[in-house]
Amino acid sequence: MSSFAPALGQVAVLVLALAIAVPLLGRYLAHVYTSPKHLAVERASYRVLRVDPDADQHWRTYAMSVLGFSLMGVLLLFGLGRLQDHLPLSLGFPGLPSDGAWNTAVSFVTNTNWQWYSGEATTGHLMQMSGLTVQNFVSAGVGMAVAAAFARALSRNRQEGRIGNFWTDLVRTVLRVLLPISLVAAVVLVLLGVVQNFLEPVVVHTLTGGVQDITGGPVASQEAIKELGTNGGGFYNANSAHPFENPTPVSDIVEIFLLLVIPFAMAWAFGIIVGDRRQGGAILAVMAVLWGAAVGLLTWAEMAAPGTAPGLAGGAMEGKEVRFGEAASALFASSTTGTSTGAVNAMHDSLTAPGGGVALFNMMLGEVAPGGVGSGLYGMLMLAVVTVFLAGLMVGRTPEYLGKKIGQREISLVAFYVLTTPVLVLVGGAIGLTAADGLAGLLNSGPHGLSEGLYAVTSASNNNGSAFAGITSGTPFWNTLLGLCMLFGRFLPMVFVLALAGLFARSQKLPPSAGTLPTHRPLFVVLLSGVAVVVVGLTYVPVLVLGPIVESLS
Amino acid sequence: MNVHHPAPVRRSLGSQLVEALPAALRKLDPREVAASPVMLVVEIGAAATTVMSVLDPSTMAVGVTIWLWLTVLFGTLAEAVAEGRGKAQAASLRALQQETTARRVRGSSDQLRYTGNLAALQVDQVPSTSLRAGDVVVVEAGERIPGDGDVIEGVASVDESAVTGESAPVIRESGGDRSAVTGGTVVLSDRIVVRITSGPGQSFVDRMIALVEGSERQRTPNEIALNILLTALTAIFVVVVGTLYYYADYSGTNPSWVVLTALLVCLVPTTIGALLSAIGIAGMDRLVRRNVLAMSGRAVEAAGDVDVLLLDKTGTITYGNRQATELLRLDGVTLEELARAALLSSMADETPEGRSIVTLVRARYGGIDDSGSDRGALVPFSATTRMSGLDLPDRVIRKGAASAVAHWVHSTGVPAAETSGGELTVLVDGVSASGGTPLVVAEQVGSRPARVLGVIHLKDVVKEGIRERFDEMRTMGIRTVMITGDNAITARAIAEEAGVDDFLAEATPEDKMALIRREQTGGRLVAMCGDGTNDAPALAQADVGVAMNTGTMAAKEAGNMVDLDSDPTKLIDIVEIGKQLLITRGALTTFSIANDIAKYFAILPAMFVVAFPGLDVLDIMQLSSPESAILSAVVFNALVIVALIPLSLRGVRYQPSSAADLLRRNLLVYGVGGLISPFMGIKLLDLVISLIPGL
Repeated sequence: MSSFAPALGQVAVLVLALAIAVPLLGRYLAHVYTSPKHLAVERASYRVLRVDPDADQHWRTYAMSVLGFSLMGVLLLFGLGRLQDHLPLSLGFPGLPSDGAWNTAVSFVTNTNWQWYSGEATTGHLMQMSGLTVQNFVSAGVGMAVAAAFARALSRNRQEGRIGNFWTDLVRTVLRVLLPISLVAAVVLVLLGVVQNFLEPVVVHTLTGGVQDITGGPVASQEAIKELGTNGGGFYNANSAHPFENPTPVSDIVEIFLLLVIPFAMAWAFGIIVGDRRQGGAILAVMAVLWGAAVGLLTWAEMAAPGTAPGLAGGAMEGKEVRFGEAASALFASSTTGTSTGAVNAMHDSLTAPGGGVALFNMMLGEVAPGGVGSGLYGMLMLAVVTVFLAGLMVGRTPEYLGKKIGQREISLVAFYVLTTPVLVLVGGAIGLTAADGLAGLLNSGPHGLSEGLYAVTSASNNNGSAFAGITSGTPFWNTLLGLCMLFGRFLPMVFVLALAGLFARSQKLPPSAGTLPTHRPLFVVLLSGVAVVVVGLTYVPVLVLGPIVESLS
Repeated sequence: MNVHHPAPVRRSLGSQLVEALPAALRKLDPREVAASPVMLVVEIGAAATTVMSVLDPSTMAVGVTIWLWLTVLFGTLAEAVAEGRGKAQAASLRALQQETTARRVRGSSDQLRYTGNLAALQVDQVPSTSLRAGDVVVVEAGERIPGDGDVIEGVASVDESAVTGESAPVIRESGGDRSAVTGGTVVLSDRIVVRITSGPGQSFVDRMIALVEGSERQRTPNEIALNILLTALTAIFVVVVGTLYYYADYSGTNPSWVVLTALLVCLVPTTIGALLSAIGIAGMDRLVRRNVLAMSGRAVEAAGDVDVLLLDKTGTITYGNRQATELLRLDGVTLEELARAALLSSMADETPEGRSIVTLVRARYGGIDDSGSDRGALVPFSATTRMSGLDLPDRVIRKGAASAVAHWVHSTGVPAAETSGGELTVLVDGVSASGGTPLVVAEQVGSRPARVLGVIHLKDVVKEGIRERFDEMRTMGIRTVMITGDNAITARAIAEEAGVDDFLAEATPEDKMALIRREQTGGRLVAMCGDGTNDAPALAQADVGVAMNTGTMAAKEAGNMVDLDSDPTKLIDIVEIGKQLLITRGALTTFSIANDIAKYFAILPAMFVVAFPGLDVLDIMQLSSPESAILSAVVFNALVIVALIPLSLRGVRYQPSSAADLLRRNLLVYGVGGLISPFMGIKLLDLVISLIPGL
């Protein structure tokens, strides 16, 4: 089963495809977020939305637009879920329970796509298409808009905290970027064998005499945006491990490509927007280094198969699809946790202990390697500000990033940003592993049970959405807890990012000199990677010790 | 630097620590510790373990408790030592403040504003502490000046050694740029009338005392920002350790709260948290030791950020006076003739230019016969003739500006055509174009017509070593701009020779101001120094304005630093001190965070190895027992603070270089060093601590 040649081969193909696509898409994205021209269809939508697309919003207005828009999304999805049985195309499924509807609404609006249910057995076509798929587009759009606003703010000089227009950013992201690419991607996926239909479930009689309902549906169209928008919510419970979603190793590579391409391209676009490609290159390099390290480690963990049971079985194939094998599963797992996607082509619960640890650590990094569409970029930039602050002092100047001084107010916002997710994860996890209702949802006990619970809150708080399958999270307790983690994990950081963007847009852009810390050199790339790993490591190592590390060592 | 304050007796750090101990103990008051949230967490932890070890005593609990208290104490000790260094100086300054009797001029405010013969008015004997701004006092030889002020009448020599450390008396006179006097200094000769400019408690000496004692220390913006980041890190670790109890509980193991507290204290950035304020105080102290008073810590930090240095040419880049560097003869004149004329005419000339001509001729054209100069009569330079010279019995020698000498030569009967144009003009223009000042030498023997001999090249001599310093500035990313009243040609020549990046010629105070504004609009920080009242607006506008102590009170009020040595070159030192301050903070923060990695390797296996024997692998230091491991980490954490006190007081070594080089070097020393050193330190401590029975 194990052979390194195909493992290397698929990575090589993927990297080559990304190397070609990322600069092109990056340049296009930069144009999308800076061009003053509107398309006719966009003007029409602005008229419908009754917004002035040329208004340069103050960061507070921008943030209120983000929050208001997302709140409407939550309410709409909640309604769709609760009233599903009264609406058409429900396939006869009942309405969702209130805690489930809340969880799903928050999950899709926050770009998390945590699914406590089996998609094919819970949600009808209307909910899937007009609710979940719509949010797959706009929740990704919201993240990219915020990242674009942050990049724009860094390029501005004394502009009273004005950072652009949310509605323009959102509409352009959806219409000019996400829709066209996912259209092409959906067609490619259909060609590769992904299903796309509106049929009622097909009833088949199995060889053993059993009866099965085979649910088809608009899978390819959802699959494309699921990966492209780093959403991750599968049409089927088995997600990209399901042959209708991801039939072949080729479709597998295509899906991995789709989930990585925008996060990396955003970094490239960032360099263009701030007027110094090298800066974007450095950010991209850090993302690539961290992603590469995760791929390497996870692949090693799965293929070298440390652990007793996999060793006896001759390969860590439990929970993996035979058509993909360990290497492709490891590549998918590290890419889906490195981006905030959360789609899976293998069950992460069945990863080897160190492999599961890598997947967990990848999310703990805060989804920056390369991260969610948008959130990956702004998350990495926040870490860059921390790095600049520490390293900047060591060159004997008040720290500055891209000519923006990092003073008290700036560092306070960064501090809040850095605090948010660890608090959510650690406190949420402690509650989940202490409360009786929480423990009831865990399949395993001991270190593996800890990993399951920790994985769930980490995934939710970082808006990843992948699950360590063992957990039964469809209980009111977990639905509520994880919903809160997702909500705060998404919007608190966003508000801090936008507030920081406001400060940067207002402050003066200082010219660089030989005394300024260079943030485009390899040394900075190493330093930023190091800070990301060390800060996250120091935060999570104690719990990781009690989970995957103990498990790996015993 | 000149000789200053009675050189501080070099005391060992040990004795400084002992001396600072009482103050350090007083600083354990939680209200004071709260200024550093990191240390507050440690103190709360220490209090908690105290209670726990009373309730459930064990060797380790008692050990941890003792060392947690020591950790807090070492932090306050660092601050107390830093503050103690300024105390001695403050005491000598206080002596200046003893109350004296002042002779206050009686008169209406109108009368006092009139600067006529105020000394003739009646005076009242009043205590110096009752003087207010605007009062006018008379001070005579032997008396102490009762308060800060400006001389409005008279001229006197004043002993300012108590403030500046400079023993030579200085001249203070009304009008001009040397009118400011400092309260507490002593008039040595003559009588002056002083208008007081500050009320009691607000004088220059008062501010100096507050500064050197650190009592009025306000935390600087960057220090506050760093404190915020450290607080955030501390908050994260509080959450990490607080929740760890529950995760461990789930895992079926219950680490004691003493151990958890020990872990927390090891993780929060105590090293930098304990030393942060000491670094700030010591930074100010380093300036004071170089005789620079910063009126705010903000200015010291700004000095590290400076992008543009405005430097006055005279006194900073060049020696104060022009010097003769070359003799250029005309055709038909021997070099010896020219040299002799130049020498003779300058022998009795006491101006610096005159002396430099003598020096040049003696050094370069040895063996010139200088006999006879004592028989002549010196003709001093006057503004009307613009010449000086010597009248000997047999001949007359004149030297001066080209046009003035030409005029004199004509007056002896030489037609104008012979001096205008031609060879002389070429020489004169050549000297001017190179930035020098041409001094034409002519001689009239007997009653024959005078003849021009040649030209002395006077030039501004650029200070030795200044070019190298500007090169350093450039590698640090700092642009240097020379400010001069000279014309553009002269300015350019000197600018090129000195290696400054730019110059401002024929500069007026308005030009200077405009230049500062322009740089600041471009986002650059500007530093300058100045002394005159007309410098005051620019000093106030500049981000770092260093006033010379010899300058006017207006200039001193406007700037945010005062250089007691009045050495404008010191601006460069100030920039370096500012940078060193920030680097020290950054280096110790990096060190502190890098330390944590090793501590995890010590403490985590120790905490959980009983429940999960597999974790033994993580114990890469092979520590002797879990208890010893935890205690070793805590002890290391505390001792590293003491070990770094000297560094925080001295500041890290600073070598002017580019940001990229500085980062690489400091990252290697403090990042990698901080990563490795605790592994060794904890292991060594463990070898000792494991000998304690019960561990």
